[in-house]
Amino acid sequence: MSDLRELYQEVILDHNKQPRNFRAVDPHDHEADGYNPLCGDKIHLELRLDDSGRIEDIGFTGEGCAISTASASIMTETLKGKTVAEANALFDRFHHQVTDEASELDPSLGKLGVLAGVRDYPMRVKCATLAWHTLQAALEDRGEISTE
Amino acid sequence: MSATAPSAGPRALEVERIRADFPILQRPMNGKRLAFLDSAASAQKPQCVIDAERECYETYYANIHRGVYQLSQRSTQAYEGVRPIVQRFINAPDEREVVFVRGATEAINLVAQSFVRPMLSPGDEILITGMEHHANIVPWQLVCEATGAQLVVAPVLDDGQLDMEGLRARIGPKTRFVSVVHVSNTLGTINPVEAIISLAHEQGVPVLVDGAQSAPHMPVDVQAMGADFYCFSAHKTYGPSGAGVLWGRYEHLKDMPPYQGGGDMIRTVSFEKTTYAEPPQRFEAGTPNIAGVIAMGRGLEYIESVGREAMIAHEQGLLDYAMDRLGDIPGMRFIGTAPHKAGVVSFLLDGVHPHDMGTILDMEGVAVRVGHHCTQPLMERFEVPATVRASFGLYNDRDDVDALVDGLHRVKEFFG
Repeated sequence: MSDLRELYQEVILDHNKQPRNFRAVDPHDHEADGYNPLCGDKIHLELRLDDSGRIEDIGFTGEGCAISTASASIMTETLKGKTVAEANALFDRFHHQVTDEASELDPSLGKLGVLAGVRDYPMRVKCATLAWHTLQAALEDRGEISTE
Repeated sequence: MSATAPSAGPRALEVERIRADFPILQRPMNGKRLAFLDSAASAQKPQCVIDAERECYETYYANIHRGVYQLSQRSTQAYEGVRPIVQRFINAPDEREVVFVRGATEAINLVAQSFVRPMLSPGDEILITGMEHHANIVPWQLVCEATGAQLVVAPVLDDGQLDMEGLRARIGPKTRFVSVVHVSNTLGTINPVEAIISLAHEQGVPVLVDGAQSAPHMPVDVQAMGADFYCFSAHKTYGPSGAGVLWGRYEHLKDMPPYQGGGDMIRTVSFEKTTYAEPPQRFEAGTPNIAGVIAMGRGLEYIESVGREAMIAHEQGLLDYAMDRLGDIPGMRFIGTAPHKAGVVSFLLDGVHPHDMGTILDMEGVAVRVGHHCTQPLMERFEVPATVRASFGLYNDRDDVDALVDGLHRVKEFFG
């Protein structure tokens, strides 16, 4: 049960039940669809950049497991006001955190750190990173990505 | 919990003995007794199968069909000795009709490319059902793309039964071939293959039965069934992965071109003209999975020693028990409730994604499959992204079902 709490921290359960920014962004200038064909997760991400290239608004819709839903929710919360370069740098650190089993908790990740437990569950890493891969597809106008 | 439940049937005492034959079941999972409920994906292996493969490599292994030395002769005998075992297992009329392949997937591809593709013209139709595994969809799409033929799909009813009227209506003058799953790996539905074959044969259309989920769980008689082709994978019949069987009527096999070219499938080779061996060798190019085929034979004998009538009774008893106990959990939704069903239970639980259930159940020592089970069109038919699937083998007992139910209560506590 302690392992379970390690993976499914309260923050994750909360964001799964009540995902933040779970909505369309109108108007938006970037969007993309992300699929995880292995487990059927689907996410649609929309965002709008302001004149200085900062993420002014970002939201998502779709359906997925608790890990992918919470990850998308926390990601949208975290990214508001960040530049694209800051978002990419954050994804790099987040990716390292959830994929490297030996990684220490990175305090600079803030709330995103609650997903660190995923690093012990290789089958679930794609759940945690789906929203981020979709973000990159949106920023690069690739339209659609699949994590398989 | 199972101590107070009524006996699982006449074989209840046997289950303990059977479980003792499977080394992996003696190993704990996350400190708990392993409840392995994913035999529809691949079954665990009894000691005799493991020993058969090891014995081959340790005592008599050599390549088959070519050496004059004793090791090669012994390997050849052991390998060829599996054909009559398979013949008996599916009641085939002739052991020359037993082709060894890598598994059901390769068997279907072989039939698609060597039997069906040469007879197809643009506008011809191949009929499958809406509950096929990707392995019985994609090979037909490949031949359709190559020939201009059409893939036609018979619908599935809401309870997971095949729509027989819908199927009947789709067998017409353009139908060239029917390929149908015997038992659905996702729904558990047992299809009335005899009736389907009769309908097809009335129109002169040959039929392949995908037996990946029927061979491990019920008596199979290809003659009574009337099929033209039947196939299964060894890894689901308690044998090793990478081996399997295509059975086909000799009248079909004898006229089919080879599927792959290479050694061991020829009569004579010259640069001007090569002549092919007779079936089944014609379809077994290259060095096969020798030890795997030998161990597959041992797995089939193991099933026979348990007795398939007893096995089906045991698994049906477990299925009924599981449907009862799972059905008591609030928010439970079954996908697939056909009256004739094998030991497969697909379900969803309100408000919890199958993937999260799979992870939590794993921590409880319960191994289930979550996802689309290689049946994405069927998932779309039922408008679900994924399901949790528990499937039974002959080594499962009520404790396994109880562990699943307890685990699901844990899931509900957690996500409740």
